[in-house]
Amino acid sequence: MDNQSCVKIINEWDIVSARQLGRNVAKELGFGTVDQARITTAISELARNIFLYAGQGQICIEKMYESGKVGLRIISIDKGPGISDIRQVMEDGYSTSGGLGAGLPGVKRLMDEFMIDSNPGEGTDIQATKWLR
Amino acid sequence: MTLNYIQTNKDAIFNEWVQRLKEQSDETVSNVILDQNFTIYSNELIELAILKISGSVDVYETRLEDFSDRVVRLGWPLRFVVNALDVLSDVIYECMVSDDYISRENQAEVMHDLNHWIKAMISEIINDYTTSWERTVSNQKIALQELSAPLIPIFEGITVMPLVGTIDTDRARQIMENLLQGAVKHRSEVVLIDITGVPVVDTMVAHHIIQAADAVHLIGAKCMLVGIRAEIAQTIVSLGIDLNRVITKNTLKAGVEAALEMTKRKIVPLEGQN
Repeated sequence: MDNQSCVKIINEWDIVSARQLGRNVAKELGFGTVDQARITTAISELARNIFLYAGQGQICIEKMYESGKVGLRIISIDKGPGISDIRQVMEDGYSTSGGLGAGLPGVKRLMDEFMIDSNPGEGTDIQATKWLR
Repeated sequence: MTLNYIQTNKDAIFNEWVQRLKEQSDETVSNVILDQNFTIYSNELIELAILKISGSVDVYETRLEDFSDRVVRLGWPLRFVVNALDVLSDVIYECMVSDDYISRENQAEVMHDLNHWIKAMISEIINDYTTSWERTVSNQKIALQELSAPLIPIFEGITVMPLVGTIDTDRARQIMENLLQGAVKHRSEVVLIDITGVPVVDTMVAHHIIQAADAVHLIGAKCMLVGIRAEIAQTIVSLGIDLNRVITKNTLKAGVEAALEMTKRKIVPLEGQN
């Protein structure tokens, strides 16, 4: 697909390249600096989750053109251990790694649309979209 | 025998070889060929091949090392060099065939010789190339580490740590170490962490900052976070990160003024001077 580009997340520095990719696409689509910061932060959270919990996976950035609206979608896919209780991870302050536990609920607040699909043992698939206003 | 042939027909082989490389539509290859140094270097490569074949090991080894070093610095892709050598071996063989140099008896021998030389050369070049690269990368790593977390005492009791660039786990650990060591060494009362140059503050970075602030607090100093840009402030709020335990200011200047105030001092203009 032409509107989609992906970065494999294998080590910590790949998080930086995923972020860079997201920032470039966001700039290209005309997002302002605040939304650029939101998008790159969201990518950073998702990519770090892949690195910390799944070991490896990939982040794809997709340009969205839907009924006159322009947007950017972050797709995070991994084949890691998955999440058994999605409701729990979406609560603020829940963390299994001693972190702040603001990652996933934070991403949901940073972006306009948020969708998570995960099965234990199969991996996690997260899509988050930001629309240009 | 093969050596003789190559030496006498060097120019013909060279032209044919360059022609062949130019025909390849590969973008990386054509970029390299456009390079003005291409002729010099490809000439050198073919001379190296002759040196290798003629068996003058010492000269060959030092020149090869020198060559790979320079090529790495020029930024020629390794893929190109390996491919060029492959093509060179093909070209030599085909030239020999078209000049009726190859008979049924010596065919196997020539093939074997060529393969042997080229393979050895490719593996040596790859080896030199990767060594060169590893050296560059490790030098950069050291350079990066030196830059990663400097602590600067600016006034009696006040120190600043300016952070520029991405913060990863390694760096976060180093920031913590330098911060605590430096704060003790300089007898700091207030430590300012300046994040003007940090492009993204996500939960991990925030977490490390909060931990560093807590640790600084434990050794009896105060920690102040300065250089929070407007868009970073908004994302921190959206993420729901609680930075209330850390004193924050938006610029380093405001931070220094506040720090002076905390240590019961202030900057005043000199009187009686124009």
